[in-house]
Amino acid sequence: MRDTSLRMVHELARRDPRVVFVGSDLGAGALDAMRREFPDRFYMEGVSEAAIIGLAAGLAMDGYIPYVNTIATFITRRCYEQVAVDLCLHNLPVRLIANGGGLVYAPLGPTHMAIEDLAIMRALPNMVVTAVADAEEMKRFMLATLDHPSPIYIRLGKGGDKVVTPADQVFTLGKAIELKPAKDLAFVATGVMASRALGAAALLAERGIEAGVLHVPTVKPLDDAAVLVLARRVPRLVTVEEHSRIGGLGSAVAELLIDNRLPTPLLRLALPDRFPEDYGSQEHLLEVAGLDPKGIAQSVLKP
Amino acid sequence: MVIDALDGGGRGHVGAALSIIEIVRVLYDDVLNVRPAEPRWPDRDRFILSKGHGCLGLYAMLADKGFFPRSEIAQQCRPGALLGGHPEIRTPGVEASTGALGHGLGIGLGMALAARMQKRNSRVFVLTGDGELNEGSVWESALIASKHALSNLCLIVDYNKMQSYGRVADILPLEPLAAKFEAFGFGVSEVDGHDVVALRQVFAAPGTPNRPRAVICHTVKGRGIPICEHNASWHHKAKLAPDQVAELRQALAVA
Repeated sequence: MRDTSLRMVHELARRDPRVVFVGSDLGAGALDAMRREFPDRFYMEGVSEAAIIGLAAGLAMDGYIPYVNTIATFITRRCYEQVAVDLCLHNLPVRLIANGGGLVYAPLGPTHMAIEDLAIMRALPNMVVTAVADAEEMKRFMLATLDHPSPIYIRLGKGGDKVVTPADQVFTLGKAIELKPAKDLAFVATGVMASRALGAAALLAERGIEAGVLHVPTVKPLDDAAVLVLARRVPRLVTVEEHSRIGGLGSAVAELLIDNRLPTPLLRLALPDRFPEDYGSQEHLLEVAGLDPKGIAQSVLKP
Repeated sequence: MVIDALDGGGRGHVGAALSIIEIVRVLYDDVLNVRPAEPRWPDRDRFILSKGHGCLGLYAMLADKGFFPRSEIAQQCRPGALLGGHPEIRTPGVEASTGALGHGLGIGLGMALAARMQKRNSRVFVLTGDGELNEGSVWESALIASKHALSNLCLIVDYNKMQSYGRVADILPLEPLAAKFEAFGFGVSEVDGHDVVALRQVFAAPGTPNRPRAVICHTVKGRGIPICEHNASWHHKAKLAPDQVAELRQALAVA
Protein backbone atom coordinates (compact mmCIF):
# COMPACT_ATOMS: atom_id res chain seq x y z
CA MET A 1 0.00 0.00 0.00
CA ARG A 2 2.87 2.33 0.81
CA ASP A 3 4.72 1.45 -2.37
CA THR A 4 1.54 1.97 -4.36
CA SER A 5 0.94 5.31 -2.71
CA LEU A 6 4.44 6.57 -3.49
CA ARG A 7 4.35 5.17 -7.01
CA MET A 8 1.13 7.09 -7.49
CA VAL A 9 2.82 10.31 -6.34
CA HIS A 10 5.30 9.73 -9.15
CA GLU A 11 2.45 9.03 -11.57
CA LEU A 12 0.62 12.19 -10.47
CA ALA A 13 3.85 14.15 -10.91
CA ARG A 14 3.96 12.96 -14.51
CA ARG A 15 0.40 14.11 -15.06
CA ASP A 16 0.58 17.43 -13.24
CA PRO A 17 3.53 19.82 -12.92
CA ARG A 18 2.19 21.11 -9.59
CA VAL A 19 2.91 17.82 -7.80
CA VAL A 20 5.95 17.86 -5.51
CA PHE A 21 7.25 15.15 -3.18
CA VAL A 22 8.67 16.05 0.23
CA GLY A 23 10.15 13.36 2.47
CA SER A 24 11.95 13.58 5.80
CA ASP A 25 14.64 10.91 6.03
CA LEU A 26 13.01 7.91 4.44
CA GLY A 27 14.49 4.51 3.77
CA ALA A 28 17.32 4.47 1.23
CA GLY A 29 16.03 4.44 -2.32
CA ALA A 30 12.51 5.60 -1.48
CA LEU A 31 10.83 6.87 -4.63
CA ASP A 32 14.14 6.84 -6.52
CA ALA A 33 12.34 6.66 -9.85
CA MET A 34 10.66 9.99 -9.21
CA ARG A 35 13.88 11.54 -7.90
CA ARG A 36 15.60 10.61 -11.16
CA GLU A 37 12.78 11.77 -13.42
CA PHE A 38 11.83 14.95 -11.54
CA PRO A 39 14.81 15.98 -9.41
CA ASP A 40 13.42 19.53 -9.12
CA ARG A 41 10.21 18.28 -7.58
CA PHE A 42 11.72 15.79 -5.17
CA TYR A 43 12.79 16.97 -1.70
CA MET A 44 14.32 14.89 1.06
CA GLU A 45 14.93 17.29 3.92
CA GLY A 46 16.00 15.31 6.95
CA VAL A 47 14.46 14.60 10.32
CA SER A 48 12.85 18.02 10.61
CA GLU A 49 9.11 17.53 10.45
CA ALA A 50 8.14 21.00 11.67
CA ALA A 51 10.20 22.72 9.00
CA ILE A 52 9.03 20.30 6.33
CA ILE A 53 5.36 21.01 6.98
CA GLY A 54 6.09 24.76 6.82
CA LEU A 55 8.05 24.25 3.62
CA ALA A 56 5.17 22.31 2.10
CA ALA A 57 2.77 25.08 3.14
CA GLY A 58 4.93 27.71 1.46
CA LEU A 59 5.08 25.63 -1.73
CA ALA A 60 1.31 25.18 -1.69
CA MET A 61 0.74 28.92 -1.17
CA ASP A 62 2.52 29.47 -4.46
CA GLY A 63 0.64 26.89 -6.46
CA TYR A 64 2.21 23.49 -5.79
CA ILE A 65 0.57 20.31 -4.47
CA PRO A 66 3.07 18.80 -2.04
CA TYR A 67 2.83 15.14 -1.01
CA VAL A 68 4.69 14.85 2.30
CA ASN A 69 5.76 11.45 3.54
CA THR A 70 7.14 10.12 6.79
CA ILE A 71 6.12 7.82 9.65
CA ALA A 72 2.57 8.41 10.90
CA THR A 73 3.46 9.28 14.49
CA PHE A 74 6.05 11.83 13.39
CA ILE A 75 3.86 13.53 10.79
CA THR A 76 1.04 13.94 13.32
CA ARG A 77 2.39 14.22 16.86
CA ARG A 78 5.72 15.92 16.21
CA CYS A 79 4.48 18.76 14.04
CA TYR A 80 0.86 19.04 15.11
CA GLU A 81 0.96 22.83 15.40
CA GLN A 82 2.46 23.17 11.92
CA VAL A 83 -0.23 20.87 10.56
CA ALA A 84 -2.93 22.87 12.38
CA VAL A 85 -1.67 26.37 11.57
CA ASP A 86 0.38 26.13 8.38
CA LEU A 87 -1.84 23.60 6.60
CA CYS A 88 -5.33 23.67 8.10
CA LEU A 89 -5.69 27.34 9.04
CA HIS A 90 -4.45 28.33 5.58
CA ASN A 91 -6.49 25.47 4.07
CA LEU A 92 -3.77 24.36 1.68
CA PRO A 93 -3.71 21.35 -0.67
CA VAL A 94 -0.90 19.47 1.10
CA ARG A 95 -1.12 15.66 1.41
CA LEU A 96 0.34 13.87 4.43
CA ILE A 97 1.25 10.28 3.59
CA ALA A 98 1.61 8.52 6.93
CA ASN A 99 3.59 5.28 7.03
CA GLY A 100 2.49 2.65 9.49
CA GLY A 101 -0.97 3.69 10.61
CA GLY A 102 -2.23 1.83 13.66
CA LEU A 103 -0.16 -1.13 14.86
CA VAL A 104 1.98 -1.70 11.76
CA TYR A 105 5.19 -0.88 13.62
CA ALA A 106 4.37 -3.30 16.46
CA PRO A 107 7.98 -4.50 16.88
CA LEU A 108 9.19 -0.90 17.29
CA GLY A 109 7.02 -0.03 20.26
CA PRO A 110 4.68 2.78 21.25
CA THR A 111 6.74 5.68 19.83
CA HIS A 112 6.07 4.27 16.36
CA MET A 113 2.47 3.10 16.66
CA ALA A 114 -0.09 5.63 15.48
CA ILE A 115 -3.08 4.82 17.63
CA GLU A 116 -4.64 8.30 17.90
CA ASP A 117 -3.73 9.78 14.50
CA LEU A 118 -7.28 9.67 13.14
CA ALA A 119 -8.58 11.43 16.26
CA ILE A 120 -6.11 14.29 16.30
CA MET A 121 -6.26 14.84 12.55
CA ARG A 122 -10.07 14.65 12.60
CA ALA A 123 -10.21 17.41 15.22
CA LEU A 124 -8.57 19.90 12.85
CA PRO A 125 -10.86 22.09 10.70
CA ASN A 126 -10.38 21.62 6.92
CA MET A 127 -8.45 18.34 7.29
CA VAL A 128 -9.66 15.34 5.29
CA VAL A 129 -8.82 12.07 7.07
CA THR A 130 -8.48 8.87 5.08
CA ALA A 131 -7.56 5.21 5.54
CA VAL A 132 -8.04 3.05 2.47
CA ALA A 133 -8.32 -0.74 2.72
CA ASP A 134 -5.86 -2.07 0.15
CA ALA A 135 -3.35 -1.18 -2.55
CA GLU A 136 -5.92 -1.31 -5.35
CA GLU A 137 -8.14 1.18 -3.57
CA MET A 138 -5.04 3.28 -2.92
CA LYS A 139 -4.53 3.70 -6.66
CA ARG A 140 -8.06 4.95 -7.18
CA PHE A 141 -7.90 7.10 -4.07
CA MET A 142 -4.63 8.82 -5.01
CA LEU A 143 -6.15 9.99 -8.29
CA ALA A 144 -8.93 11.61 -6.27
CA THR A 145 -6.43 13.55 -4.13
CA LEU A 146 -4.99 15.65 -6.94
CA ASP A 147 -7.51 18.44 -7.16
CA HIS A 148 -8.93 18.51 -3.67
CA PRO A 149 -8.42 22.05 -2.28
CA SER A 150 -7.83 21.10 1.38
CA PRO A 151 -5.15 19.15 3.29
CA ILE A 152 -5.53 15.36 3.29
CA TYR A 153 -4.20 12.90 5.86
CA ILE A 154 -3.45 9.54 4.23
CA ARG A 155 -3.04 6.63 6.64
CA LEU A 156 -1.10 3.74 5.18
CA GLY A 157 -1.36 0.07 6.07
CA LYS A 158 1.49 -2.38 6.28
CA GLY A 159 1.54 -3.46 2.66
CA GLY A 160 0.41 -6.74 1.19
CA ASP A 161 -2.99 -6.11 2.75
CA LYS A 162 -5.73 -8.34 1.39
CA VAL A 163 -7.57 -6.70 -1.50
CA VAL A 164 -11.22 -6.35 -0.53
CA THR A 165 -12.44 -3.37 -2.55
CA PRO A 166 -14.09 -3.93 -5.95
CA ALA A 167 -12.15 -2.97 -9.06
CA ASP A 168 -15.12 -0.99 -10.39
CA GLN A 169 -15.18 1.27 -7.32
CA VAL A 170 -15.36 4.93 -8.28
CA PHE A 171 -13.44 6.58 -5.47
CA THR A 172 -15.00 9.76 -4.17
CA LEU A 173 -13.63 11.54 -1.11
CA GLY A 174 -16.30 11.41 1.58
CA LYS A 175 -18.09 8.36 0.17
CA ALA A 176 -18.33 5.02 1.93
CA ILE A 177 -18.64 1.75 0.05
CA GLU A 178 -20.79 -1.25 0.90
CA LEU A 179 -18.63 -4.35 0.69
CA LYS A 180 -21.37 -6.70 1.92
CA PRO A 181 -25.06 -5.98 2.36
CA ALA A 182 -26.35 -6.00 5.94
CA LYS A 183 -29.40 -7.58 7.52
CA ASP A 184 -28.94 -8.43 11.18
CA LEU A 185 -26.10 -6.05 11.85
CA ALA A 186 -23.69 -3.84 9.95
CA PHE A 187 -19.98 -3.45 10.50
CA VAL A 188 -18.67 0.03 9.78
CA ALA A 189 -14.92 -0.28 9.29
CA THR A 190 -12.03 1.83 8.04
CA GLY A 191 -8.59 1.06 6.61
CA VAL A 192 -7.37 -2.50 6.71
CA MET A 193 -10.07 -3.39 9.24
CA ALA A 194 -12.50 -3.75 6.34
CA SER A 195 -10.95 -7.15 5.61
CA ARG A 196 -11.21 -8.18 9.29
CA ALA A 197 -14.86 -7.11 9.36
CA LEU A 198 -15.49 -9.22 6.26
CA GLY A 199 -13.77 -12.14 7.98
CA ALA A 200 -15.94 -11.65 11.07
CA ALA A 201 -19.04 -11.45 8.89
CA ALA A 202 -18.13 -14.82 7.36
CA LEU A 203 -17.76 -16.37 10.84
CA LEU A 204 -21.10 -14.92 11.92
CA ALA A 205 -22.79 -16.25 8.78
CA GLU A 206 -21.90 -19.76 9.99
CA ARG A 207 -24.10 -18.99 12.98
CA GLY A 208 -26.94 -17.70 10.87
CA ILE A 209 -26.23 -14.02 11.49
CA GLU A 210 -26.19 -11.87 8.35
CA ALA A 211 -23.68 -9.11 8.97
CA GLY A 212 -22.87 -6.49 6.34
CA VAL A 213 -19.76 -4.36 5.95
CA LEU A 214 -19.65 -0.66 5.15
CA HIS A 215 -16.09 0.40 4.40
CA VAL A 216 -15.33 4.03 5.25
CA PRO A 217 -12.10 5.10 3.56
CA THR A 218 -12.82 8.73 4.41
CA VAL A 219 -13.23 9.05 8.16
CA LYS A 220 -13.63 12.81 7.72
CA PRO A 221 -15.80 13.94 6.11
CA LEU A 222 -17.82 10.91 7.13
CA ASP A 223 -20.39 9.64 4.65
CA ASP A 224 -23.26 10.65 6.93
CA ALA A 225 -25.95 9.57 4.47
CA ALA A 226 -24.59 6.04 4.06
CA VAL A 227 -24.22 5.50 7.81
CA LEU A 228 -27.65 6.95 8.56
CA VAL A 229 -29.34 4.74 5.97
CA LEU A 230 -27.79 1.72 7.67
CA ALA A 231 -28.63 2.95 11.14
CA ARG A 232 -32.28 3.32 10.18
CA ARG A 233 -32.49 -0.05 8.45
CA VAL A 234 -30.28 -2.42 10.44
CA PRO A 235 -30.89 -3.36 14.10
CA ARG A 236 -27.30 -2.88 15.19
CA LEU A 237 -24.08 -1.09 14.12
CA VAL A 238 -20.56 -2.23 15.01
CA THR A 239 -17.61 0.06 14.26
CA VAL A 240 -14.22 -1.58 13.76
CA GLU A 241 -10.98 0.40 13.72
CA GLU A 242 -7.26 -0.08 14.36
CA HIS A 243 -7.24 3.03 16.53
CA SER A 244 -7.89 4.22 20.05
CA ARG A 245 -11.53 4.05 21.04
CA ILE A 246 -11.31 7.80 21.62
CA GLY A 247 -11.94 10.12 18.72
CA GLY A 248 -11.74 7.81 15.72
CA LEU A 249 -14.35 6.16 13.51
CA GLY A 250 -16.42 4.83 16.42
CA SER A 251 -16.60 8.30 17.91
CA ALA A 252 -17.54 9.80 14.57
CA VAL A 253 -20.39 7.31 14.10
CA ALA A 254 -21.58 7.77 17.70
CA GLU A 255 -21.63 11.56 17.22
CA LEU A 256 -23.61 11.16 14.02
CA LEU A 257 -26.21 8.89 15.66
CA ILE A 258 -26.61 11.22 18.63
CA ASP A 259 -26.86 14.32 16.44
CA ASN A 260 -29.62 12.61 14.47
CA ARG A 261 -31.39 11.29 17.58
CA LEU A 262 -31.13 7.71 16.40
CA PRO A 263 -31.34 5.03 19.08
CA THR A 264 -29.63 2.34 16.97
CA PRO A 265 -27.46 0.21 19.31
CA LEU A 266 -23.77 0.81 18.58
CA LEU A 267 -20.85 -1.39 19.58
CA ARG A 268 -17.45 0.29 19.16
CA LEU A 269 -14.56 -2.13 18.63
CA ALA A 270 -11.22 -0.37 18.86
CA LEU A 271 -7.95 -0.29 20.76
CA PRO A 272 -8.08 0.47 24.47
CA ASP A 273 -7.13 3.93 25.74
CA ARG A 274 -3.55 3.04 26.56
CA PHE A 275 -0.21 2.87 24.79
CA PRO A 276 0.52 -0.56 23.30
CA GLU A 277 2.46 -2.63 25.81
CA ASP A 278 3.56 -5.57 23.69
CA TYR A 279 5.66 -6.18 20.57
CA GLY A 280 5.40 -8.94 17.99
CA SER A 281 3.41 -8.21 14.85
CA GLN A 282 0.47 -6.08 13.84
CA GLU A 283 -1.58 -9.29 13.61
CA HIS A 284 -0.56 -10.28 17.14
CA LEU A 285 -1.53 -6.93 18.65
CA LEU A 286 -4.83 -6.93 16.75
CA GLU A 287 -5.60 -10.35 18.23
CA VAL A 288 -4.72 -9.15 21.72
CA ALA A 289 -7.15 -6.26 21.23
CA GLY A 290 -9.85 -8.58 19.89
CA LEU A 291 -9.70 -6.94 16.47
CA ASP A 292 -9.00 -10.07 14.41
CA PRO A 293 -12.01 -11.68 12.69
CA LYS A 294 -12.50 -14.20 15.49
CA GLY A 295 -12.24 -11.57 18.22
CA ILE A 296 -14.64 -9.27 16.38
CA ALA A 297 -17.17 -12.07 15.93
CA GLN A 298 -16.89 -13.01 19.60
CA SER A 299 -17.50 -9.41 20.70
CA VAL A 300 -20.60 -9.28 18.55
CA LEU A 301 -21.91 -12.56 20.01
CA LYS A 302 -21.40 -11.48 23.62
CA PRO A 303 -24.75 -10.96 25.25
CA MET B 1 -1.39 54.56 14.14
CA VAL B 2 -0.07 51.89 16.52
CA ILE B 3 -1.46 53.89 19.42
CA ASP B 4 -4.75 54.39 17.58
CA ALA B 5 -4.99 50.62 17.28
CA LEU B 6 -4.19 50.14 20.95
CA ASP B 7 -6.74 52.78 21.85
CA GLY B 8 -9.42 51.34 19.59
CA GLY B 9 -8.91 47.70 20.48
CA GLY B 10 -8.00 48.32 24.10
CA ARG B 11 -5.17 45.81 23.84
CA GLY B 12 -2.07 44.84 21.92
CA HIS B 13 1.56 43.78 21.99
CA VAL B 14 2.93 47.28 22.41
CA GLY B 15 6.65 46.77 22.80
CA ALA B 16 6.84 44.12 20.11
CA ALA B 17 5.23 46.47 17.58
CA LEU B 18 7.36 49.47 18.44
CA SER B 19 10.68 47.65 18.02
CA ILE B 20 9.97 46.79 14.37
CA ILE B 21 8.59 50.13 13.13
CA GLU B 22 11.71 51.29 11.30
CA ILE B 23 12.43 47.82 9.89
CA VAL B 24 8.96 47.54 8.41
CA ARG B 25 9.09 51.16 7.21
CA VAL B 26 12.30 50.59 5.28
CA LEU B 27 11.09 47.26 3.87
CA TYR B 28 7.88 48.75 2.46
CA ASP B 29 9.43 52.08 1.41
CA ASP B 30 12.67 50.90 -0.14
CA VAL B 31 12.97 47.12 -0.39
CA LEU B 32 9.82 45.16 -1.13
CA ASN B 33 8.47 44.95 -4.65
CA VAL B 34 4.75 44.87 -3.86
CA ARG B 35 1.55 46.32 -5.30
CA PRO B 36 -0.97 47.47 -2.67
CA ALA B 37 -3.77 47.49 -5.26
CA GLU B 38 -2.87 43.96 -6.35
CA PRO B 39 -1.78 42.21 -3.14
CA ARG B 40 -1.65 38.72 -4.69
CA TRP B 41 0.44 39.77 -7.73
CA PRO B 42 2.48 36.58 -8.37
CA ASP B 43 5.85 38.26 -8.92
CA ARG B 44 5.74 40.26 -5.68
CA ASP B 45 8.27 39.93 -2.91
CA ARG B 46 6.88 38.16 0.15
CA PHE B 47 7.11 39.53 3.67
CA ILE B 48 6.13 37.22 6.54
CA LEU B 49 5.80 38.71 9.99
CA SER B 50 6.72 35.51 11.80
CA LYS B 51 6.58 37.33 15.14
CA GLY B 52 2.87 37.83 14.55
CA HIS B 53 2.43 39.64 17.86
CA GLY B 54 4.21 42.61 16.29
CA CYS B 55 1.25 43.02 13.94
CA LEU B 56 0.33 46.55 15.01
CA GLY B 57 3.57 47.69 13.39
CA LEU B 58 2.70 45.83 10.19
CA TYR B 59 -0.93 46.99 10.14
CA ALA B 60 0.15 50.64 10.39
CA MET B 61 2.49 50.19 7.43
CA LEU B 62 -0.02 48.27 5.28
CA ALA B 63 -2.67 50.92 5.94
CA ASP B 64 -0.17 53.67 5.16
CA LYS B 65 0.62 51.98 1.84
CA GLY B 66 -3.06 51.61 1.00
CA PHE B 67 -3.52 47.83 1.32
CA PHE B 68 -6.68 48.60 3.33
CA PRO B 69 -8.36 51.74 4.70
CA ARG B 70 -6.77 53.46 7.68
CA SER B 71 -10.14 53.39 9.40
CA GLU B 72 -9.63 49.66 10.03
CA ILE B 73 -6.78 50.39 12.43
CA ALA B 74 -8.90 51.65 15.31
CA GLN B 75 -11.20 48.62 14.95
CA GLN B 76 -8.52 45.99 15.65
CA CYS B 77 -9.65 43.09 17.83
CA ARG B 78 -13.26 44.30 17.87
CA PRO B 79 -16.12 42.04 16.75
CA GLY B 80 -16.32 42.03 12.96
CA ALA B 81 -12.94 43.74 12.56
CA LEU B 82 -10.63 43.09 9.62
CA LEU B 83 -7.60 43.17 11.91
CA GLY B 84 -7.02 40.84 14.84
CA GLY B 85 -4.39 40.48 17.52
CA HIS B 86 -2.22 38.48 15.13
CA PRO B 87 -1.97 38.78 11.32
CA GLU B 88 -4.23 36.61 9.16
CA ILE B 89 -4.21 36.09 5.43
CA ARG B 90 -7.70 37.54 5.03
CA THR B 91 -6.04 40.94 5.51
CA PRO B 92 -4.72 42.28 2.20
CA GLY B 93 -0.92 42.33 2.27
CA VAL B 94 -0.57 39.64 4.93
CA GLU B 95 1.24 36.62 3.41
CA ALA B 96 0.80 34.10 6.23
CA SER B 97 -1.31 33.78 9.33
CA THR B 98 1.11 33.87 12.21
CA GLY B 99 1.00 34.19 15.97
CA ALA B 100 2.28 30.77 16.90
CA LEU B 101 6.04 31.36 16.90
CA GLY B 102 8.56 29.51 14.78
CA HIS B 103 6.40 29.04 11.68
CA GLY B 104 7.46 31.88 9.38
CA LEU B 105 10.86 30.64 8.28
CA GLY B 106 9.52 27.22 7.28
CA ILE B 107 6.77 28.78 5.19
CA GLY B 108 9.28 31.27 3.78
CA LEU B 109 11.49 28.34 2.76
CA GLY B 110 8.66 26.90 0.71
CA MET B 111 7.94 30.28 -0.89
CA ALA B 112 11.60 30.80 -1.74
CA LEU B 113 11.84 27.32 -3.29
CA ALA B 114 8.61 27.95 -5.21
CA ALA B 115 10.03 31.21 -6.60
CA ARG B 116 13.15 29.39 -7.73
CA MET B 117 11.17 26.55 -9.34
CA GLN B 118 8.87 29.01 -11.09
CA LYS B 119 11.83 31.16 -12.16
CA ARG B 120 10.37 34.22 -10.48
CA ASN B 121 12.61 36.93 -9.05
CA SER B 122 10.49 37.17 -5.91
CA ARG B 123 12.44 37.45 -2.70
CA VAL B 124 11.13 36.29 0.66
CA PHE B 125 11.68 38.24 3.88
CA VAL B 126 10.83 36.67 7.23
CA LEU B 127 10.88 38.78 10.39
CA THR B 128 11.24 36.85 13.64
CA GLY B 129 11.57 37.97 17.20
CA ASP B 130 14.53 37.05 19.35
CA GLY B 131 12.45 35.03 21.80
CA GLU B 132 11.10 33.24 18.74
CA LEU B 133 14.58 31.88 18.08
CA ASN B 134 13.99 29.60 21.09
CA GLU B 135 11.83 27.50 18.77
CA GLY B 136 13.65 24.51 17.29
CA SER B 137 11.65 24.77 14.08
CA VAL B 138 13.55 27.98 13.22
CA TRP B 139 16.83 26.11 13.30
CA GLU B 140 15.47 23.15 11.34
CA SER B 141 14.40 25.63 8.69
CA ALA B 142 17.77 27.38 8.81
CA LEU B 143 19.51 24.07 8.02
CA ILE B 144 17.27 23.51 5.02
CA ALA B 145 17.62 27.11 3.75
CA SER B 146 21.35 26.71 3.81
CA LYS B 147 21.27 23.31 2.10
CA HIS B 148 19.32 24.81 -0.81
CA ALA B 149 21.52 27.94 -0.98
CA LEU B 150 18.40 30.11 -0.90
CA SER B 151 19.88 33.50 -1.62
CA ASN B 152 16.33 34.77 -2.24
CA LEU B 153 15.45 34.17 1.41
CA CYS B 154 16.22 36.78 4.08
CA LEU B 155 15.68 36.21 7.78
CA ILE B 156 15.41 39.42 9.79
CA VAL B 157 15.77 39.15 13.55
CA ASP B 158 14.24 41.81 15.75
CA TYR B 159 16.84 41.50 18.46
CA ASN B 160 15.36 43.68 21.17
CA LYS B 161 16.93 41.55 23.91
CA MET B 162 13.62 41.17 25.73
CA GLN B 163 11.10 38.37 25.67
CA SER B 164 7.77 38.06 27.44
CA TYR B 165 9.04 37.20 30.92
CA GLY B 166 12.20 39.28 30.91
CA ARG B 167 15.66 39.58 29.40
CA VAL B 168 16.66 37.14 26.65
CA ALA B 169 20.05 36.86 28.34
CA ASP B 170 18.36 35.50 31.48
CA ILE B 171 15.65 33.31 29.98
CA LEU B 172 17.38 31.58 27.07
CA PRO B 173 20.57 33.31 25.91
CA LEU B 174 21.18 33.48 22.15
CA GLU B 175 24.74 34.73 22.02
CA PRO B 176 26.84 34.47 19.98
CA LEU B 177 23.90 34.94 17.63
CA ALA B 178 25.67 36.15 14.49
CA ALA B 179 28.15 33.27 14.78
CA LYS B 180 25.27 30.81 15.09
CA PHE B 181 23.73 31.96 11.82
CA GLU B 182 27.14 31.98 10.15
CA ALA B 183 27.67 28.43 11.31
CA PHE B 184 24.28 27.53 9.84
CA GLY B 185 25.47 28.82 6.48
CA PHE B 186 23.86 32.26 6.37
CA GLY B 187 25.40 35.49 5.15
CA VAL B 188 25.00 37.64 8.26
CA SER B 189 24.70 41.41 8.73
CA GLU B 190 24.15 43.30 11.96
CA VAL B 191 22.52 46.69 12.04
CA ASP B 192 20.90 49.22 14.35
CA GLY B 193 17.25 48.34 13.72
CA HIS B 194 16.11 51.90 14.41
CA ASP B 195 18.60 53.56 12.04
CA VAL B 196 16.65 54.01 8.82
CA VAL B 197 19.69 54.95 6.76
CA ALA B 198 21.71 51.99 8.00
CA LEU B 199 18.77 49.62 7.38
CA ARG B 200 18.45 50.91 3.82
CA GLN B 201 22.15 50.31 3.23
CA VAL B 202 22.01 46.77 4.59
CA PHE B 203 19.07 45.77 2.42
CA ALA B 204 20.48 47.52 -0.65
CA ALA B 205 23.80 45.69 -0.37
CA PRO B 206 24.10 42.44 -2.31
CA GLY B 207 23.91 39.34 -0.15
CA THR B 208 26.48 36.58 -0.06
CA PRO B 209 26.10 34.49 -3.24
CA ASN B 210 24.38 31.14 -2.75
CA ARG B 211 23.61 31.79 0.88
CA PRO B 212 20.41 32.72 2.67
CA ARG B 213 20.67 36.00 4.50
CA ALA B 214 20.28 36.84 8.16
CA VAL B 215 19.98 40.50 9.15
CA ILE B 216 20.24 40.87 12.90
CA CYS B 217 18.57 44.14 13.87
CA HIS B 218 19.56 45.46 17.27
CA THR B 219 16.46 47.13 18.56
CA VAL B 220 14.82 48.47 21.69
CA LYS B 221 11.56 46.96 22.79
CA GLY B 222 8.97 49.72 23.15
CA ARG B 223 11.21 52.10 21.22
CA GLY B 224 10.26 55.76 21.38
CA ILE B 225 8.13 55.60 24.48
CA PRO B 226 10.16 55.86 27.67
CA ILE B 227 7.73 53.98 29.92
CA CYS B 228 7.73 51.02 27.49
CA GLU B 229 11.39 50.82 26.54
CA HIS B 230 13.14 47.70 27.82
CA ASN B 231 10.08 47.05 29.97
CA ALA B 232 8.76 43.48 29.93
CA SER B 233 5.43 44.56 31.42
CA TRP B 234 4.73 46.34 28.12
CA HIS B 235 5.18 43.14 26.07
CA HIS B 236 1.40 42.81 25.95
CA LYS B 237 -1.32 45.00 27.42
CA ALA B 238 -4.86 43.67 27.64
CA LYS B 239 -6.48 46.52 29.54
CA LEU B 240 -5.21 49.90 28.50
CA ALA B 241 -6.58 52.75 30.57
CA PRO B 242 -7.28 56.10 28.87
CA ASP B 243 -4.55 57.78 30.89
CA GLN B 244 -2.02 55.19 29.66
CA VAL B 245 -3.02 55.87 26.05
CA ALA B 246 -2.66 59.60 26.73
CA GLU B 247 0.80 58.96 28.16
CA LEU B 248 1.81 57.00 25.05
CA ARG B 249 0.61 59.80 22.78
CA GLN B 250 2.35 62.40 24.89
CA ALA B 251 5.62 60.50 24.69
CA LEU B 252 5.49 60.65 20.92
CA ALA B 253 4.07 64.20 21.05
CA VAL B 254 1.20 63.30 18.75
CA ALA B 255 -2.42 64.37 19.07
